[in-house]
Amino acid sequence: MKNQLFLKDAGTMLVRILFAVVAAFPIVFMLVSSLKPDQQIFGDMSSLAAFLPVGNISFDNYAAVFDRVPAARFLLNSVGVSAVTVILGIFVNSLCAFALSRMQVRGKKIVFTAILATLIVPFQTLALPLVWWVNQLPYFELNGFSLEFSKGWLDTYQVQIIPFIANAFSIYLFHQYFESIPKELDEAARIDGAGWFKIYRQVVMPLSGPATATVAILTFLPAWNSYLWPLMVVQSEELRPVMIGIQYFFQLNVSWGEVMAYASLITVPVVVLFIAFQRSFVNSIASSGVKG
Amino acid sequence: MQRPRSLQDPINPSTLSKQKDRPMNKKLTRILATSIAAAALTATLAGCGKGSASSSTEGSGEIALWTHNAGNPEELAAVQGIVDSYNSSQDKVKIKVQAFPQDSYNDSVVSAAAAGNLPCIVDIDGPNVPNWAWAGYLEPLELDTDLSKHLPSTVAEWDGKPYAVGYYDVALAMMARASDLEAAGVRVATMEQPWTKEEFQDALTKLKALGKWEHPLDLGTAGTGEWLPYAYSPFLQSFGGDLVNRDGFQSADGELNGEEAVQWANWFRGLADEGFMAKKSGKDSTQDFLNNKSAIVYTGSWAADKAKEALGDDLVVMPPVDLGEGPKIGGASWQWGVTSGCSDTGAAMDYLAYSLKPENIAAVAKATGAIPASEEAAAQIPSFTEGGANRIFMDFSREYAVMRPETPAYPFIATEFGKATQDILNGADPQATLDSAVKAIDANIKSNGGYNN
Repeated sequence: MKNQLFLKDAGTMLVRILFAVVAAFPIVFMLVSSLKPDQQIFGDMSSLAAFLPVGNISFDNYAAVFDRVPAARFLLNSVGVSAVTVILGIFVNSLCAFALSRMQVRGKKIVFTAILATLIVPFQTLALPLVWWVNQLPYFELNGFSLEFSKGWLDTYQVQIIPFIANAFSIYLFHQYFESIPKELDEAARIDGAGWFKIYRQVVMPLSGPATATVAILTFLPAWNSYLWPLMVVQSEELRPVMIGIQYFFQLNVSWGEVMAYASLITVPVVVLFIAFQRSFVNSIASSGVKG
Repeated sequence: MQRPRSLQDPINPSTLSKQKDRPMNKKLTRILATSIAAAALTATLAGCGKGSASSSTEGSGEIALWTHNAGNPEELAAVQGIVDSYNSSQDKVKIKVQAFPQDSYNDSVVSAAAAGNLPCIVDIDGPNVPNWAWAGYLEPLELDTDLSKHLPSTVAEWDGKPYAVGYYDVALAMMARASDLEAAGVRVATMEQPWTKEEFQDALTKLKALGKWEHPLDLGTAGTGEWLPYAYSPFLQSFGGDLVNRDGFQSADGELNGEEAVQWANWFRGLADEGFMAKKSGKDSTQDFLNNKSAIVYTGSWAADKAKEALGDDLVVMPPVDLGEGPKIGGASWQWGVTSGCSDTGAAMDYLAYSLKPENIAAVAKATGAIPASEEAAAQIPSFTEGGANRIFMDFSREYAVMRPETPAYPFIATEFGKATQDILNGADPQATLDSAVKAIDANIKSNGGYNN
């Protein structure tokens, strides 16, 4: 019996390892290829050597990446844009979800349904009209102690952030999670003199860690991977995010080693974030019943 | 806003009265603090976030120039060199270069056009010029330069007017190792005597028989986008077909689905069916060729220096196959135009005329290894003078280049042709596929009123 159990466990483990290896192959290939010259990448392609750091290994591709692309600037831009989008996104969407979950407002079901309905419309269909709209918005900047006004948000940081703060899916996730928090807690806080914002800040949000982590990841990933929108609205190199940078490598003669090195560089922050929030992410997915 | 019922029934009146009696100034302070925080956040974003190269800077003696060269430091440096030279030659206007990555450049320009935010000077892939001119993005060029001395494929015209001019062109060619051809008993094709269809078939058979390669030919079948019409429509034209009837550009019927076109389709698929080439090649055909995974690669002049460096004198550069109407290659590469909303068209034209000086053309051609647009410029580059290593590409361009159809419908035609080519390669019936492409193209032309000006 013990042997049978052991064999069963070993078999399950083997299948898991197999899946893990298959899932890891592209990432391993990317990392390993980033260390090889182009000719070797293609030479190794038909053998297991494609996944092994063998042959002429160096960091030359990484050095070349920084020569071709202002990679540090792009990384900084993406970190900044993604972080601000995530922070403001958590704040705005959780507030909206809190209002829809807790406040007795006439027509709130209609509002909630309308918000959810926006999920049906793909961003690509909105992109071009949105470009026109953001170019009509007023813009101001501080010049010394005076404010200068002009028109158009194109080629700015805020055009990469503000349209993506309010997010229907984040509102839905927060709303569903808030619904699972007993309303008696609000009432108890009310008795103790708490206002709506205090209940939100000191009761509901501290209990919503998993939902916040999920929203953080689900906001961060599209912000980090953002490509079409910055392509359309950002013209200055100093404002571009990392995903635009990958296009710098696709010239008539493509250096695949540099492509892999750049891809490795821009993958690291995403992996770090996922590992940091992994437990909360899985908990939230499990508790909200959302399937990926 | 209606308060929740639970709160309308006070459980602890003293608490509620405390809330009711909350001093007004405390609320005001909170609102004020929140407003200041929000304003500060937006101001911070705004203050540090405006791009320096926005076209909004135009009108202040500075005009913007957009180019597709981001990630191509050599060509970008050459363009920047011309701009710097022009800027220092006069003090009326400053040109500001803004570089975009090539693969996404068109999308950036089209978005900017939709937002009414185009710069003064843009570079454009030659075949797209008629479409951009028709869409109203471009002004006809009025330059103090004799464009008749330029390679015909470097000047893009539409409706009888020039709309864009380029510093260079590129040319397609067949590259192989002389040693491989000799081993297989195949002669080297030349401009005087290119391979015929039968000779090409024979050469592939002999090369395959050597057993060195799974597929001796690499036509870059993994390519996508503009590569498909650029690379494969010249074969169609060599058979006698075309992408569209060039007399008025109103229909593709009879050209893209005629007898010659079907012959082209059968021949093209036959190369894969007979095992001479892969239905989907590797991602980088030149690199595969250099790694000896193919005997003959169909690529462009841009790969010549890399191949020459790797193979030395063993490299042979040959014209494309003569499939009946002579060898053909696609003409036109990146060119420069002036946008119709430019705030200072005169300055933009003046810059373009300045940039077309032979030394400027030579500088860009040297940086890119591309074919210089004029003989005067070619004379300044040893590899493009008579007998030079790359002169053959200039000759190919002059002798074989066929402009992709100069019609605003071209982007649509190119997409349909690309789809049809891939479908045929993957086993679709040639006649039915080409008929379907023709139907779509004709419908598009009709729905756009014939793309007349």
